[in-house]
Amino acid sequence: MVSKKPLSFLEGVNVETGVITDPELEAVGETVSGKVLVFPWCRGSTVGTYAIYGLASNGVAPSAMVCVEADIVSAVGCAMAGIPLVHRVERNPLTVIRSGDYVVVDADRGVVEVMSRRLGKRSRRL
Amino acid sequence: MRSSKWLEEALGGAYGSGVRKAAEMILALAEAFEAEGLVPVRSAHVSGVSYRTIGDYGLRFLEELSKEGVRVRVEATMNPAGMDLARWREMGVPEEFAQKQTRIVECLRRMGVKPALTCTPYLAGNRPERGSHVAWAESSAVVYANSVLGAWTNRECGPSALASAITGFTPKFGMHLEEERRPTHLVEVEGRVEGTLMYSALGYYVGREVGRGVPSIPKASGASQDELKALGAGLATSGGVAMFSTKPVEDVPRIRVSPSDLREVVEELSTGSGGLVCLGCPHLSLQELETVYELASKHGVRGEVWLFTSRSVYEEAVRLGVVQGLERCGVRVFRDTCMVVSPLEDMGVREVVTDSCKAAHYITLMTGGRVSVVLKSREECVRGDESR
Repeated sequence: MVSKKPLSFLEGVNVETGVITDPELEAVGETVSGKVLVFPWCRGSTVGTYAIYGLASNGVAPSAMVCVEADIVSAVGCAMAGIPLVHRVERNPLTVIRSGDYVVVDADRGVVEVMSRRLGKRSRRL
Repeated sequence: MRSSKWLEEALGGAYGSGVRKAAEMILALAEAFEAEGLVPVRSAHVSGVSYRTIGDYGLRFLEELSKEGVRVRVEATMNPAGMDLARWREMGVPEEFAQKQTRIVECLRRMGVKPALTCTPYLAGNRPERGSHVAWAESSAVVYANSVLGAWTNRECGPSALASAITGFTPKFGMHLEEERRPTHLVEVEGRVEGTLMYSALGYYVGREVGRGVPSIPKASGASQDELKALGAGLATSGGVAMFSTKPVEDVPRIRVSPSDLREVVEELSTGSGGLVCLGCPHLSLQELETVYELASKHGVRGEVWLFTSRSVYEEAVRLGVVQGLERCGVRVFRDTCMVVSPLEDMGVREVVTDSCKAAHYITLMTGGRVSVVLKSREECVRGDESR
């Protein structure tokens, strides 16, 4: 799930269901549960960390996050929730990844691989 | 990076697993953000205190941490709770919420975090000197600390601010580096800007344009501390701004703001037409309580007006008779909480009137629009709508 706009986890996502509630976002109404969330950075509340942790507690968290530039709110949230997070990759993920693509995120190696449905089996490494 | 003896011992478990986890968090952040090293902090300010915003999972996290005998090593204060700790019944807060909220505050207190219960720690005794490094969460307080106090802090989250309070360190990256604190945009504001509503709208507009940069807003050099407080809150809400400047700057992109841009922000964030007047996002200063009292006693008050402030300011205002004067005018003054992090819907509040763009933004999003908000100037808020 790709958002070109920054996300705010406290006020932009329903922690119980994982559904995006912020009407400013393209993905409003969709759930982040099980998705690789790709977005530029976090804005808004510094309590977003607890919201990410809450998503995981409720079993509706994203499976991974890929940020252009992570920040403390998302980094600590992912650490608490046990969600892999990768940022500062060489190519801008917002220009390479599209919503609907299948993505493999390896936070230990710091690698993001895209396997686009539209292009069949071709995979691109970021 | 691991140059402190205390830190080495902490990582080895010498002070228990809670302290070890805090130390590991700080080091993990340092690594994730490729920090130059660690810097000692003078104080911390912890967000994530309201049960409304951190929920059962947040309460669990804090209780587990506090069970391990963890204590803070530097001065630390906490953000507002979801209720006035003494007058929650009067606010209409449910009993179950009150019990869980009390547990959260107790947890943090056990760890040594002072129950300032405010987003304005700088008005409650936590006022770092210019040039000092701190670890503050609460986005509006971060902007105020960096821009008005001249302290150096990143936009911490609740747990990382707490981890910094426990270890005494924060990773040296971002706003702890001189080069990251230079203005990235020049904001040219047409027309006059005055009062909390307009400064709040200015912040909100600029924050959205600038994202994560450091805007320079020379127009704000004539603003009062309370107007700067409102400006900072607006900036911190719509974007990821951690700091603004008022010094002129060249060779950076320019942003022009017109009076109609600010009016559009106010219209965009207003979803209702009336309701409970709530002032205090950020928490009101003593000066602001006095000004509201002057307005209220001169013009009278129509309908319910609730003011929110820190216990520190409240105590001073009681000493001066200001709270008593406000109450005689029919205005209620609550401490420890605000209209954003209290459970408005459970309290039976459906409509809010305020002068804070931050409050309008959060209330609408957090209630899914079920609570309406209308933005008015502070004076209009206090005087009330003539047609009601």
